[in-house]
Amino acid sequence: MAVNRMFRTCPSTGLLYHEPAEKLIRWNAVAGVVSLLIGGILALLVTSTRWQAIHLLSPDWFYLVLTAHGLNMLVFWIIFFEIAVLYFCASTLLRCRLAAPGMAWLAFVLMVAGAIVNNYSVTRGDSSVMFTSYAPMGAHPTFYLGLILFAVGALIACFVFFGTLVVARSERTYNGSVPLVTFGAVTAAIIAVFTIASGAIILIPTFLWSIGLVDYIDSLMYRTVWWAFGHSSQQINVAAHVSVWYAIAAIVFGAKPMSEKVSRTAFLLYICFLQLASAHHLLADPGLTSNWKIFNTSYAMYLAVLASMVHGLTVPGAIEVAQREKGFNNGLFEWLRKAPWGNPSFSAMFISLIGFGFLGGISGVMMGTEQLNLIIHNTIYVPGHFHATVVIGTTLAFMGLTYFLIPTLFRRQLMFPGMAKWQPYVFGLGMCGFSLFMMGAGTLGVPRRHWDISFAGNALGYEFPGTAWLMMGLMGAFGLAAIVGGTMYLLITVGSVFLGKRIETPGFAHVRAKDGVAPAPQPVAVAITSHGSNIGTAGFVAPGTFSLAIVFLVAFVLYYFVNWKYLSTVWPLS
Amino acid sequence: MSAISSPSERVWWKQPLDRVEGTWIAIAFIWCLIMFFMMPYWHVYGKQNLSNEAYRTTPEAFTAKTTAMVEKYKVREETDQKIPVVHPPAGSDVYLIARLWQWYPMLELEEGKTYRLHLASMDWLHGFSLQPENINIEVHPNYEHVVTLTPTKAGTYSIICNEYCGINHHTMASRLYVVKPK
Repeated sequence: MAVNRMFRTCPSTGLLYHEPAEKLIRWNAVAGVVSLLIGGILALLVTSTRWQAIHLLSPDWFYLVLTAHGLNMLVFWIIFFEIAVLYFCASTLLRCRLAAPGMAWLAFVLMVAGAIVNNYSVTRGDSSVMFTSYAPMGAHPTFYLGLILFAVGALIACFVFFGTLVVARSERTYNGSVPLVTFGAVTAAIIAVFTIASGAIILIPTFLWSIGLVDYIDSLMYRTVWWAFGHSSQQINVAAHVSVWYAIAAIVFGAKPMSEKVSRTAFLLYICFLQLASAHHLLADPGLTSNWKIFNTSYAMYLAVLASMVHGLTVPGAIEVAQREKGFNNGLFEWLRKAPWGNPSFSAMFISLIGFGFLGGISGVMMGTEQLNLIIHNTIYVPGHFHATVVIGTTLAFMGLTYFLIPTLFRRQLMFPGMAKWQPYVFGLGMCGFSLFMMGAGTLGVPRRHWDISFAGNALGYEFPGTAWLMMGLMGAFGLAAIVGGTMYLLITVGSVFLGKRIETPGFAHVRAKDGVAPAPQPVAVAITSHGSNIGTAGFVAPGTFSLAIVFLVAFVLYYFVNWKYLSTVWPLS
Repeated sequence: MSAISSPSERVWWKQPLDRVEGTWIAIAFIWCLIMFFMMPYWHVYGKQNLSNEAYRTTPEAFTAKTTAMVEKYKVREETDQKIPVVHPPAGSDVYLIARLWQWYPMLELEEGKTYRLHLASMDWLHGFSLQPENINIEVHPNYEHVVTLTPTKAGTYSIICNEYCGINHHTMASRLYVVKPK
């Protein structure tokens, strides 16, 4: 089969799209958005049930819908979109043909089939086992089969990504090192391979158990290995959305990383240490020692937290430096005030960064502290945390990237640009409130995955304090606001892609790489200095970002010790 | 060049650290170390640490021990289901069964006394969630987790299940009484 070497150049961004890669990126992104649509409808049902003033669904439907919501959002939406991001980072950013498009299509078909099979099993009604499907609670065999098919597809897609890197290297489509964003995507893909391998180790035996070929699945073994899959899959998101932050900073501001060395080392720390975080989920379990728990859940002395704190500084720092060099050099925050707040790519990225750091990051460290976990484990604090990381962090960053991709990748004008301007604020702030009030209710002991915290008709029920009820009500209200924001995103995206005005380019053609593609620029070998000293204050090129970082640190330290104080008041345990 | 293009300098790793980055990395790293050492510190000086004591068990063996305790120390029965309430002596081993969808039996403990609470599930995973203290512990089948705990204040507490355990998960609730020592 002849290799397709046809490319097109995007007239507005100058990006180079390989013909098959472009189709694959589009289809993976579309499959992601379809999953988001399904998950979003389910989110509405879940929220309106847990907001007990409405209490919409019956218990069997609630647990079914919650299971499907988790899977469509955490697995299908995010992984489909991530595969699109991987292909974009390898093929488009490296100006390289995608390796083995046929395999990439096979991957896509497997993933779609897996998603459909898994959703089918949940709708049967006998597989309401939640995203986590903890054995010995069993689901229908198709539940595991769907996940396995999906994972095999995703694994193939990762190897298409790695293959593309090899092709780019051998065909010399770039010189020097890969871009930082691609480096971040490599990080995500490496973590993905680890994740999928762990998933195979636990889901294949569980599948065999569900059809009767394996007798017994130990519950602690299941949780230990399953979380190497379940938590690590969320670490793919972290690496992917941090890459998207860098990409949006580069696209909107032309921002250059403050230091390639620092940012790449931070990604390297993710590869080495982030997966240890899986152990966070086992802090309240018997049978594992404190030494094991402390080492693993601190990600080996918090080296992965350090990496996130570094990215949290260097992304806005890079924006600040770019803005200051453009002349917005007055005071601490002129660069931020004069940022394009009406550009949804930027506002989505910035809210994602702040929400991920302040809400998701800090709460994640709390839950991951061995002793503090005792007062948090399995309360609604936990979904509060991961809606801050996965929804505000990952989903909102991907939404921001979508606004960039629609004109360049789908060659359609954005529909409803006025609505797009507001979408990140409605969705982002809705989700921030939603997460925050979940955490508040969790601090008061409200359990997660629970149909009725009023314990109606139960002689032994517990009466939660009024504040907890208030928090759950506010959670519901903010959740609905976020759903409005999500609906806006879906309207804009689906509308633009299918009905948006086509961007016509005169003389548009796909051209062969040899004929139409300029050679990759050669990096220069000059002496390297740090940034010019003509910006910033007191030798700090990004003083505004630094002061924001200090605000973050103060919030982090205070909240950390508040939690220890709270822990010290509960019954002594040993 | 920006983050979506290759670094413009071939030897980008030789670019010196900006002061803002260097300072932040140092501060963040120190904070990370403080957080790390906080956990071992609490094991030595703190009072709330989850026990590492656990044994393999079976539903039969654990039920036998629980039944023995109930027979010996039952003080009354509560609710229509006649769930026994036991008042074991201070310092003793106390057994609590988690099963679909009930905690068995109900416990009555004395304020300020220390007990060895044994937790195990008969079937699926359950979540021991003591309210309003908000102490949360995972309960596994075939593992017997021994937690030493000291109630500090008399009152009526609730134990709810906070690990999803099927269709009636939200009905799984019980009480724990703490009384003043006689």
